[in-house]
Amino acid sequence: MLPKKRFSVRRLPGFAVIAIACFTLLYAPIMILVVYSFNAGSSIAVWEGFSWQWYSAAWDNEMVQSATFNSLVIAIQASLYATVLATMAALGTTRTKPYRGQTAIYTMINQPLMVPEIVTAVALLICFAVIKQLTDYQGLMYLVIAHTAFCIPFAYLPIRARLEGMDRALETAAADLYATPWRSFRQVTLPLMWPGILAGSMLAFVISLDDVVITEFVKSAGQDTLPTYMLGQLRRVITPEMHAISTVLLVVSVVIVSVIFILNRSKN
Amino acid sequence: MNSSAPGRQLSSVERVALKRESRRNILLCTPAMIVLFFAASGPLLVMLVYSFLTPGDYGGVVYKLSSDGWFRVFFHQDIFDETVSVASAHLSIFWRSIKLSLLTTIAALILGFPTAYFIATRPVKSRNFWLFLVTIPFWTNLLIRTFAIMELIRNRGLVNNVLMKFGVIEQPIQMLYTDFAIMLGMTYVYLPLMILPLYASMEKLDFRLIEAGYDLYANRFRVLRKVIIPLVKPGIVAGSILVFIPSLGAFVTPRVLGGGKNMMLGNLIELQFGQGRNWPLGAALSISLLLIVMVAMLLYVKNMQKNKGEQN
Repeated sequence: MLPKKRFSVRRLPGFAVIAIACFTLLYAPIMILVVYSFNAGSSIAVWEGFSWQWYSAAWDNEMVQSATFNSLVIAIQASLYATVLATMAALGTTRTKPYRGQTAIYTMINQPLMVPEIVTAVALLICFAVIKQLTDYQGLMYLVIAHTAFCIPFAYLPIRARLEGMDRALETAAADLYATPWRSFRQVTLPLMWPGILAGSMLAFVISLDDVVITEFVKSAGQDTLPTYMLGQLRRVITPEMHAISTVLLVVSVVIVSVIFILNRSKN
Repeated sequence: MNSSAPGRQLSSVERVALKRESRRNILLCTPAMIVLFFAASGPLLVMLVYSFLTPGDYGGVVYKLSSDGWFRVFFHQDIFDETVSVASAHLSIFWRSIKLSLLTTIAALILGFPTAYFIATRPVKSRNFWLFLVTIPFWTNLLIRTFAIMELIRNRGLVNNVLMKFGVIEQPIQMLYTDFAIMLGMTYVYLPLMILPLYASMEKLDFRLIEAGYDLYANRFRVLRKVIIPLVKPGIVAGSILVFIPSLGAFVTPRVLGGGKNMMLGNLIELQFGQGRNWPLGAALSISLLLIVMVAMLLYVKNMQKNKGEQN
């Protein structure tokens, strides 16, 4: 007879297999995309040797250049504004006695997370169409404002989490030592909440950089960002340039999310 | 914190301080509120108004009240003989959206439950690593993840190529541009939303209860059904709603994987602002979608509250 395995209370047969399959499913499609972005041939099914050619093709594509520029201009501005606004809002909603209107403020902040993106996108299209007609302004500011709004909750959550874990005693001590409120904020509160602000701003940056739906509806002609450019291309003939662009965007997201993860861990 | 003991009258000094603090708090929140009002909640109100206006000939609206938009959500009026019939095309898209979202939820649950259990039974130290592995895809671009699925299942994609090479099939299977493709894509992109809440409730599992089940001669399946599943039910409900909501409002995944024919609600809405040129109808459809999502959201909040109540 075979030696019987020790009975484990925690084990359920087959679960580990499904879990491994699940992780494979999560990663295999992206990995294949990344690997084939280095393919010398133009197929995603046949490997024809290593090459950087699709990266240089994407780099030389003027459409891609302008989309990258737009993406960066919007993401940098939106994440900056959203972080400032979210930091202020976090200071105004944490470590305080409950006050009237606080629930309304929470609802407002979380709204972009709750309303389906397509609904917000269409609503913004309607509103901005009216404003465009009235003011004749066609620039990138519409996209920056729209991105700022939906980035606020993503910037807010890590900042608030950080603030909630902070002790009031240090600020009280600063006040006891005759620091003005501004000075105690600058020299005590701000340095302490800095990891939260950093994490929040990076998250906002990634979210803005990756947005498709709202950008697709708000943009005017010639304002493609990388994701909306890709969405347009997917309807036509797909070139392996798409794989190269995808890989770059993936790497940016993964690096930033990893840094946030490490920032959060060093806190504990 | 003694000063805030309930029932004690506040002195006038304290009351002034409290008032000042809440004024400061509201001032701090004001800039964010202005931006959110201007670019998130305000536009929803404008859209509600638009759903009751008359469509313009080339998109946009004529500022004249009309119930035409809402009428067309449910009914279809023939342009020649003006007979009214139920808008079966719209209703079938509503139905397809709900059906595909439910199927996606079930598929995500079947895959996510064992995975969350697997993570929850790892040694405490390595759990964070596994969770990190689940979170990473979630924060990467949704369009790219959908694109990755598209490249896998297309007619000359890797899956068909491998199957043909090993002689399993002779002709490539048409997977792209089908309902199956949409469901597969949505399961793939929303899977982390199922695993994370499931894990959160499994992490708190008391394994002594499971041991007790085995001591009472239950087999594995019975323990799973009678002990584990009832204990993690809040996580199952939360995860299911979190997957269902974005699936219902999905736009990118059905557009890329469903092609032009297999529309979901999000694509029907887009159509009204593009070729359809019926903004009031588009607005009315958007608000219908929002209402369905809000009902699901209420269920979610109720579930969370009940869960909290039971814990205390």
